[in-house]
Amino acid sequence: MSINASKAYGMQDYRLKMMFIVPTMILLIVMNIFPLLWSLILSFTKYSAIAPESPEFIGTDNYVQILSDSSTWAYFRTTAYFVILAVTAQFIIGFGLALLLNRDFKGKSIITPLMLIPMMLSPVVVGLFWRFILDTQWGLLNYLLSLVPHGIFAIMDGINKFAYLINFPYIISPDITDGLQKLTESARGIIWLTKPKTALFSLVIIDTWMWSPFMMLLSLAGLSAVPKYLYEAAEIDRASTWFKFRHITLPLVAPLLYIALLFRTMDAFKLFDLAIIGTNGGPGSATETVSLNLYRRAFESWNTGESCALAYVLLVIIIALSNIYIKYLNKARSS
Amino acid sequence: MKRKSKEKANHIIALIVIFVALIFYLIPVYWIISTSFKPYLDIFAMPPKFLFKPTTDNYVGLMTVRAMSTEGETETVGASPFPRQLLNSIIIGFVSTALAVALGTMSAYAFSRFPIKGKGDMMFFILSTRMMPPVAVVIPLFLMYRTLHLIDTHFGLILLYTTFNVSFATWMMKGFIDEIPKEYEEAALVDGYTRFQAFIKIILPQSVTGIAATAVFCLITAWNEFTFALIMTTKNARTAPPSLASRMGSSGVEWGQIAAGTLIFLLPIVVFTFIMRKHLLRGVTFGAIKK
Repeated sequence: MSINASKAYGMQDYRLKMMFIVPTMILLIVMNIFPLLWSLILSFTKYSAIAPESPEFIGTDNYVQILSDSSTWAYFRTTAYFVILAVTAQFIIGFGLALLLNRDFKGKSIITPLMLIPMMLSPVVVGLFWRFILDTQWGLLNYLLSLVPHGIFAIMDGINKFAYLINFPYIISPDITDGLQKLTESARGIIWLTKPKTALFSLVIIDTWMWSPFMMLLSLAGLSAVPKYLYEAAEIDRASTWFKFRHITLPLVAPLLYIALLFRTMDAFKLFDLAIIGTNGGPGSATETVSLNLYRRAFESWNTGESCALAYVLLVIIIALSNIYIKYLNKARSS
Repeated sequence: MKRKSKEKANHIIALIVIFVALIFYLIPVYWIISTSFKPYLDIFAMPPKFLFKPTTDNYVGLMTVRAMSTEGETETVGASPFPRQLLNSIIIGFVSTALAVALGTMSAYAFSRFPIKGKGDMMFFILSTRMMPPVAVVIPLFLMYRTLHLIDTHFGLILLYTTFNVSFATWMMKGFIDEIPKEYEEAALVDGYTRFQAFIKIILPQSVTGIAATAVFCLITAWNEFTFALIMTTKNARTAPPSLASRMGSSGVEWGQIAAGTLIFLLPIVVFTFIMRKHLLRGVTFGAIKK
């Protein structure tokens, strides 16, 4: 091959490289970087997208306004509670299930994909349907919960009736059976979505139902990559189950666990669709997450400048959080 | 001997827990399916009905608009907006998926094969766009779209969803293309192919698995997207998710119709995943081996 020909290939490669990368980069810059810069500028202005006035520069007033408003902090607190509860629950359930699934049994290849169905559904569908399931009057969950004390009651009642038949005094005191009946009643009346204390908890249940399979999937991928001979070696040394878990499983799975946790924390922090459909921030502002409030400020009260400032506060927190995670991730990888 | 029986007991307990978890995940899904076929009264029955006479009323109600006639009978007066919104979802979902996968494959190939200055930083930038909270970028995008008259257009949503997915597609496809030996194309180049021809004739067929897996994930994301669809569309280009959500408010909740809509809405995704399943399974195992 002559020098000229290889040079021609070089040019050809260069043109192709540009042709292949530039469209993607342009798209990302136009649709991501440009809007971000625009909203940074708007965050320092007084501006409403539906008012005829053009943006008026007001310095850091928007930021001062937002950060000194106690309700903003309440929304952040709500979001933080949600993130901590939901991610912890998803981690425990997802990782726990993965540990259990990491064995051979019949039907594993059918059961595992079936468990992934929730995360393939649209959050809209999930939010809507859980509203129905959590309904106090017609909901399935309250009914299923009430079955437990009712079932125990039925058994105990049966024992007592049998005792009566054979002329024996009550075996189980009426206090217990009455209590069980009351428990059945109260399980039927649990208010999930419309009571401040339980509403956030309901969102945690919904989010956990939808996303713990994701945690399980990534944990399972990590677990299946742990070489078997390590366990065998530990077996010879008569190591305890806990020792094997603590010193073999956990360190090797940790990097993937961190990635899963990173993704889930970021997503939970951005919680919007499930919340707007599930509770719409209510009752009152018990489940008003930052994203929901941002949406309201921007598209319901049309405080465009102010909402851009809030968006930036949120962005900074998310970047800071992900940096902490990535730091731990690198630590876990290097050790 | 004692140890063996203990292990066996542990195994059985594990299976029971797995079974309970499976029920926890599947009951709501079963409830959606059964509700969509329930007659109106059975939907609100307490205790809930697990056995019922299936009906297609909910599907008919979802697809049509009905009115009371003069004789007091309800009759169909026209189609509801739902079929059209479903069509919007199909157009926007599939076109944006095709675009994102095409762009992603191209840039992944470039990142995989050519020396690029600041490659690591660029790849990180591409990933970071995916981490952004949608509500943070939606405000300026809304203003931009309003100026360009892209609000409530198919093109506008396609552009948005393509942007969403292109970062994911680039990362995913790079993993797959990295695995294809360079020697394949080099041999083709020696045979007189141009780089582009080599890409089309060698790389693309080799990465079908990756393309299928990437396409399924991109389609699911675009198909289920709600936030942007809610803010950027009103009528013309409205997709199914915000339309399903809006059924919540109007005159008493029609759970049966929502369930029916959900099921119809799931169908295209299920069909697409089913068509791609052969490649998808290979794609998943491929990724696992790589790890």
